[in-house]
Amino acid sequence: MTKHESQWLPTTPRKSATFDDYTLSEIRRAAATGIYDIRGGGAKRRVPNFDDLLMLGASMSRYALEGYREKCGTEVTLGTRFAKKPIKLAIPVTIAGMSFGSLSANAKEALGRGASLAGTSTTTGDGGMTPEERGQSRHLVYQYLPSRYGMNPADLRKADAIEIVIGQGAKPGGGGMLLGQKISDRVAEMRQLPKGIDQRSACRHPDWTGADDLEVKINELREITDWEKPIYIKVGASRPYFDTMLAVKSGADVIVLDGMQGGTAATQEVFIEHVGIPLLAAIRPAVQALQDLGMHRKVQLIVSGGIRNGADVAKALALGADAVAIGTAALVALGDNDPRWTAEYQKLGTTPGAYDDWHEGKDPAGITTQTPELMKRLDPVAAGRRLANYLKVMTLEAQTLARACGKNHLHNLEPEDLVALTLEAAAMAKVPLAGTNWIPGAGGF
Amino acid sequence: MPVIDLATTSLRDLNQALHKLAKDTNETLWTISNPGGEHSIAVGVDAPVTINIGGNVGYFCGGMNNEAKIIIDGSAGQGVGENMMSGLIHVKGDASQSAGATGRGGMLIVDGNASARCGISMKGIDIVVKGDIGHLSAFMGQNGRLVVFGEAGEALGDSIYEARVYVRGPVASLGADCIEKEMRDEHRAELLELLKASGEDHKVDIAEFRRYGSARKLYNFNIDNAGAY
Repeated sequence: MTKHESQWLPTTPRKSATFDDYTLSEIRRAAATGIYDIRGGGAKRRVPNFDDLLMLGASMSRYALEGYREKCGTEVTLGTRFAKKPIKLAIPVTIAGMSFGSLSANAKEALGRGASLAGTSTTTGDGGMTPEERGQSRHLVYQYLPSRYGMNPADLRKADAIEIVIGQGAKPGGGGMLLGQKISDRVAEMRQLPKGIDQRSACRHPDWTGADDLEVKINELREITDWEKPIYIKVGASRPYFDTMLAVKSGADVIVLDGMQGGTAATQEVFIEHVGIPLLAAIRPAVQALQDLGMHRKVQLIVSGGIRNGADVAKALALGADAVAIGTAALVALGDNDPRWTAEYQKLGTTPGAYDDWHEGKDPAGITTQTPELMKRLDPVAAGRRLANYLKVMTLEAQTLARACGKNHLHNLEPEDLVALTLEAAAMAKVPLAGTNWIPGAGGF
Repeated sequence: MPVIDLATTSLRDLNQALHKLAKDTNETLWTISNPGGEHSIAVGVDAPVTINIGGNVGYFCGGMNNEAKIIIDGSAGQGVGENMMSGLIHVKGDASQSAGATGRGGMLIVDGNASARCGISMKGIDIVVKGDIGHLSAFMGQNGRLVVFGEAGEALGDSIYEARVYVRGPVASLGADCIEKEMRDEHRAELLELLKASGEDHKVDIAEFRRYGSARKLYNFNIDNAGAY
C-alpha cells in the first residue's frame, strides 16, 4: 500500500439525484401495496410562486400612503354582471370549497365562523350543505359539482352564490374521492351512498358537456333561483386563457381559478404533482382573456392555490385578480398539522407539517376526520376565532404593501408594482426581472 | 286556470310566477302553450300543481322539480327532470340524453325513447321508458329504479351503485361492475308497482324483464380489479 493509499478516505456514498430517497421509498411502497399513493393537499414540489416576485415600494417617482392613517380599501363585490344580489365582502380573501365529509362538521362550522367574523365568504364542497355551515356563514357559496351529492333546490335557494365546479388545481380533469373510512352514517346519508364504500365522484357533469351546454345550464340555475345568485365557475389552472374566455361566454359572474398548489381532500399523488400549472403562471393569461373581452373587473376573478399571507394576496391582486381564496392555509389556521399533536402524528408515521393522509380520517387535529372522538378536539368557536385572526392579518399585510406602493385600494395594485427574482417568474407573471426592463417571452402566451 | 303563452310571455316571467305559488294554491292547473323548444321551462317548481306543456321543450325542463306534475305533450331536450326531488314528469314523445340525471325522487315517464345517459347518477328517482334507452344509462346510479320496455344501449349501469335497472329487451353491453341479477319475488312486486304507477301494468308482462345492478366489486379498491376501470 502506498503512502497515498494508506491515507485515502473512502469515497462519500453518493445517492442518485434521479433516484432520491423519496423516489426509492415510493417504488418500494408501490411494489408492496399494488396501489398508487393517495393523499390530500396540493403540489408539494417547489414551483415558481409569489415568493419569486417583489413589490416596488414608492420612492422619488411614486407617493406612498401613510400606514395607519390613510385609507386603503379592501372591500370587493362579486357577481355584478347578472346577479340581482351580488356578494359584498369586506376583504378579498375568501374560503375555498371544502366538503363536509372530507372535513368534520366542526371544521366546517369553524370555517363559517371565521369567515363571517372577518367579513368574507365560505364555500361548501362535494358533499352538500350542512346546517352547521349555513348557520355560521354570513356569505355561503354553494358548489355545484359533477356528483351533485346533497344537491337540492331548497339549499340552492339558501345559498348566497352558486359555484359550478369544472375542476380544481390539484387535479384538473379529475373527480373527487372519499375513501370508505370517512363515509360515516351522516356522510353516507347526505351523499346517498352505502356506508363504508370508496366514493369516486365523476369528473364530468352528468347533464351537460362543453361550453355551449354550460351556458344553458347556467341559465337553468338562474331561472331556478330567480336570477338572484351570483354564479361562479371554478376551473383548475391548465389553459387559463381559453377557460376564462369560455367561462365568460357561458355567462359566469365570477371565475375561480385554482393553481396546482391548491389542495384536495384526496387524490392520486401522481395527479397532484403532475397535472396543471402553478397559480403564478395562470393569473396573467386569465386576466388577459378578461381584458380582451372587455370584462376585466366586470366578471370578477378569484384565484387560489398556495396563498399563504398578505404578500401573496397583494401580488395576486396586482396581477389582476379581484380576490383570492384559501383552503390549506385556512385549515392550518384552524389547527391542521399543529405540532401540539406531534406524538400522534408520529404514531401515524409522519410528522407535523407533512401529514397529508387526510383520506384516512385519522387526523389528530380533528379536522379531516369523521371519527367522533377526534372531531371533538376541534372547538369550532376557538378555531373560527383563529381563522378570523389569520384573515385579518393577511388583509393588514396586503394593505401595508399596497400603501407602500401608494395605493388607496387593494384593487389599485397593478403589474407595474411588481418585479421578478427569477427568469421563470418574470416570464410567467409577465413582469420585468428585477433591475431590468426585460420580460422574457413578452408578446404572447 | 292560468294559461301562459311562451310566444308572448318571457321564460323568466313564467318561472317566477310558478315559484311564487304557495303549497296550498288554488291555481293548481297551468297550461303552457308555444314552448317552442325553449330551455329551462318550469324549473324549480315547488308546489303540487299540474303543468301541461303543449309542445316540444329544450334542455332541463322540470329541473329540480318538487311536487309538481309536469306533462310534456311533445319531446324533451337534454336533462329533462334533472335532479328532480318529487312529483311526476311525463314526456309524451322522446327524451334526449341525461333524462332524469341525478334525480332524487318522483317519477319520470318517457313514452318514446330516451337517449344516452338516461338516469345518469340517479339518486332515488324512478324512471320508466316505454321505448329504448341509449348508451351509458344509469351510469353511477346510486339509488332508484330504471324500467325500460325496449332495448338498452352499450355500457348499461357502468359503475353503478345501488340503483336497480329492469330491461325487457336486449342489452347491448353492461358497463363496469354491472351484472344481471336474479329476479326474485320482491323484484317482480317492485316492478309491478312501477308499471302500475306508470299506468302500463296491463300492457306488458313483468316476466319478460331482466334485472341488472351492481356486482359491488368496485366499492372498495382492489388492485386485482383495476382492469375493470
